[in-house]
Amino acid sequence: MRLTVDGKDIEFDAEPDMPLLWALRDLAGKTGPKFGCGVAACGACTVVIDGQAVRSCSLPVGDVTGAVTTIEGLATDGKLHPVQQAWLDEQVAQCGYCQAGQIMSAYALLEEISDPTDEDIDNAMGGNLCRCGTYPRIRTAIKKAASLKLARA
Amino acid sequence: MASIGKIARRTFLFGMAAVAGGVAVGYYYYRRPYPNPLEGELAEGEVTFNPYLKIGSDNTITVIAPRAEMGQGISTTLAAFVAEELDVTLDRLKVEHGLPSYAYYNAAMLEEGAGFNFWDDSFTAETVRGLMGAAGKMLGLQATGGSTAARDGFDRMRQAGAAARIMLIEAAAARFDVPARDLTTDNGTIVHKASNRSVTYGEVALDASKLAPPSKVTLKEKTDWKLLGKPQKRVDMLAKVTGAPIFGIDVRQPDMLFGTVRMSPVFGAKPVRSDTSAASKMPGVVKIVPIESSYGSGFGVIADNTWAAFKAAEAIDVEWGKPDYPLSNDDIMARIADAARTGEASAMRDDGDVDVAFADAPQDRVIEAEYSVPYLSHAPMEPMNCTARLKDGVLDVWAPNQMPVLVRWFCSDIAGVPGDKTNVHTTSMGGAFGRRGELDYALYATILAKETDGRPVQVTWTREEDMRRGPFRPASVGKFRARIGNDGLPVAVDMRVAAQNMMASLMSRTFTSLPAGGSDPSITDGSRNQPYTIPNYRVSEIQVPDLPIPVTFWRSVGNSVNGYFHECFMDEIAQAGGIDPVEMRRKLMANHPAALAVVNKVAEMSGWGDSLPEGKAKGFAFTLSFGSWCGQVIQIADTPAGIKLEKMWIAVEVGTALDPGIIETQMTSGAVYGLSAAMGQAITFEDGRVVQSNFHDFDAMRIFQAPEFEVAILENFHRMGGAGEVGVPPAAPALANALFALKGQRFRSLPLSKDVTFA
Ligand code: FES
Ligand code: FES
Repeated sequence: MRLTVDGKDIEFDAEPDMPLLWALRDLAGKTGPKFGCGVAACGACTVVIDGQAVRSCSLPVGDVTGAVTTIEGLATDGKLHPVQQAWLDEQVAQCGYCQAGQIMSAYALLEEISDPTDEDIDNAMGGNLCRCGTYPRIRTAIKKAASLKLARA
Repeated sequence: MASIGKIARRTFLFGMAAVAGGVAVGYYYYRRPYPNPLEGELAEGEVTFNPYLKIGSDNTITVIAPRAEMGQGISTTLAAFVAEELDVTLDRLKVEHGLPSYAYYNAAMLEEGAGFNFWDDSFTAETVRGLMGAAGKMLGLQATGGSTAARDGFDRMRQAGAAARIMLIEAAAARFDVPARDLTTDNGTIVHKASNRSVTYGEVALDASKLAPPSKVTLKEKTDWKLLGKPQKRVDMLAKVTGAPIFGIDVRQPDMLFGTVRMSPVFGAKPVRSDTSAASKMPGVVKIVPIESSYGSGFGVIADNTWAAFKAAEAIDVEWGKPDYPLSNDDIMARIADAARTGEASAMRDDGDVDVAFADAPQDRVIEAEYSVPYLSHAPMEPMNCTARLKDGVLDVWAPNQMPVLVRWFCSDIAGVPGDKTNVHTTSMGGAFGRRGELDYALYATILAKETDGRPVQVTWTREEDMRRGPFRPASVGKFRARIGNDGLPVAVDMRVAAQNMMASLMSRTFTSLPAGGSDPSITDGSRNQPYTIPNYRVSEIQVPDLPIPVTFWRSVGNSVNGYFHECFMDEIAQAGGIDPVEMRRKLMANHPAALAVVNKVAEMSGWGDSLPEGKAKGFAFTLSFGSWCGQVIQIADTPAGIKLEKMWIAVEVGTALDPGIIETQMTSGAVYGLSAAMGQAITFEDGRVVQSNFHDFDAMRIFQAPEFEVAILENFHRMGGAGEVGVPPAAPALANALFALKGQRFRSLPLSKDVTFA
């Protein structure tokens, strides 16, 4: 089976019903996306396909059509993506386990809406659980990332 | 487990002997230093000064932060202790967890366990605190829990940095042939101003390491701190925003297999009939093996990938034994309620004479209430997992765990290899909240590693296994009464709190040969030790017998239960006495200036007493836990979609704020954790099995539900408190009290979602 992940073509041997998450983690060596629930209820496994935030734990790898971007492919040319930079500046992460998924959801949000309102943030991020309760800083960081992105553009 | 029983008995007895037998016996043991565990693992050109510090000839400075990083920022704060005295900035350092070692014992955790009120400075309290600390050294508890890690490392790790700096300066002085006092340090370099010469720490590290450590070091005054007391950038933040493989579940070893477990859903039961043949033949499955352990019975699946293991585990055809405890949630809770009402109680606090005070109380001056809270799962984001390899007589265990020394004891015992042939690698943890102080995930991985001919195996639990097998936060029922005086203040308060004995439950899974009788102070933690002065004030513990549901520490432990009980009942007392709840606290806490300052601060921040528009209300609660005094006010609003949490104000007294940035995030984190449980979480039972299975029926607060937060950190008290758990206990009662203020109705049972819809 072939997939494009973070700009690279990779090949691996998987049953088509295997969720993309496990193909990435156990077969393709991409441990960035995390396992949290396996039932699309927590967002830890979020990756982006065709601009959409997708729960990779609930998408059979055989159904993947587009190129996959994970947290590991977000930084380019050794430079953090504005969302990652904002997360770093705002010191968002506590345990950090949910943050790959949070960052990917925020990345997809900002691709679609460059200057999101609080309500946009609520809608886009509601599927991403954080048991450490980093929500206040996530909100601040998304707004910061929006302005960083604008400044870089 | 015989050998472990013996080790444990010996060490526990030593600990107890020190406490019981007086200073003379204990003292020698306490002073005897442990060997430096870094000696054996130095890289080329690297030297070590003490168990906390390595310096390479290339000036790479590595600090060992021997407490588990589970999101509380402890690795950053511990590194800052060494860095502050060594005179380097945090970005110059590498931070490692270190191998399990007795050198990294946690004294503060046992000191806290001594059972004295936190404000009690009396000779006995101080002596016993000191002795319990000594016992911690003997036990070699490299534990992370009880919000103790920063307090524990505060002196030891600063001294480690200061002593090394003195030695480095001496070595440089010898090299330059100048007096040490003419030298200064600047971020990893030693400078001789007069001759304009300088040398890095790394260049003199080897010479310095040969010098005798100074007999006395003087630590910096607080006013001279450059790092401590100021928010630091977390040392692991970059790794966490780039998806770096730092968690247990990210461990990758050559030739690694994957696996999972399927354990009995009935506590204490074994499979009575099973057939694994179909599951064994599924694609990718290597082997299915039975698991028998002190934690439970079931099966382990070894496979080529985690998904194959999950599918095969589900396909195992098994019938489990019958429960030997009540089957339904109602019956289990009734057992606890019966104990609260009629069980034999032991008073853990007993001021004045409560029985006399109630004997002649006029009926209309007495209020009574019964409260209850459910069992809870910790549900950390990273499900339980562990990777193990048993090869050539050496066991390696990669475990996101809070108890490396115990993991080593138990896993080496299972693998049949000596402790010194067992390497426990503690990874970063995707949350823990007490759950990773248990050992099951490590035991199971070790059991499976015996079946793989030397190949490493990573054993990941499904969320369903994680949520249903426990151990859980114990459920609890409290029965309370108060007599209100003519001035509206309570004359007498009598609280009976019933729950399972958590220590006994823990012992039944670990040190099975040790007796586990006696009191469990966690049952009343957060009720019996609050800074209120009430003339007749009794808080009693009642243990619920014969209930084998596995229970354990859950973020803030007994305080998460008793914070709710105590502070909601105080709110009821204030109402009955016709006094504003905050005003009543001011009166009852007048003897404790630290508490009073917190109450006043949070009242001022939140505009307590200001009039609110129709449909909005505020609630207040206060809990002293883990040495920190925390007051919270929450404001809620009734909206068409349900109750919305608008804003929470938190004031916390921590003594010394080592890193205000981290303390602030820990306060909001704790509050979110406590509010999540209060709003919607419960583990319930049907047919003796857990009903909930995943985040769809055991959810937590989402971003759109989170209130805005404002946190104030106070530093008035003379002793330092913890941070990681302190924000949890007042959150549930603040919310329940706000709901009362809004609706005029008491909510005496959690979760609140049984009675209230949240937006
Ligand atoms: S693991 Fe995919 S949403 Fe939770
Ligand atoms: S940072 Fe720990 S779960 Fe979000």
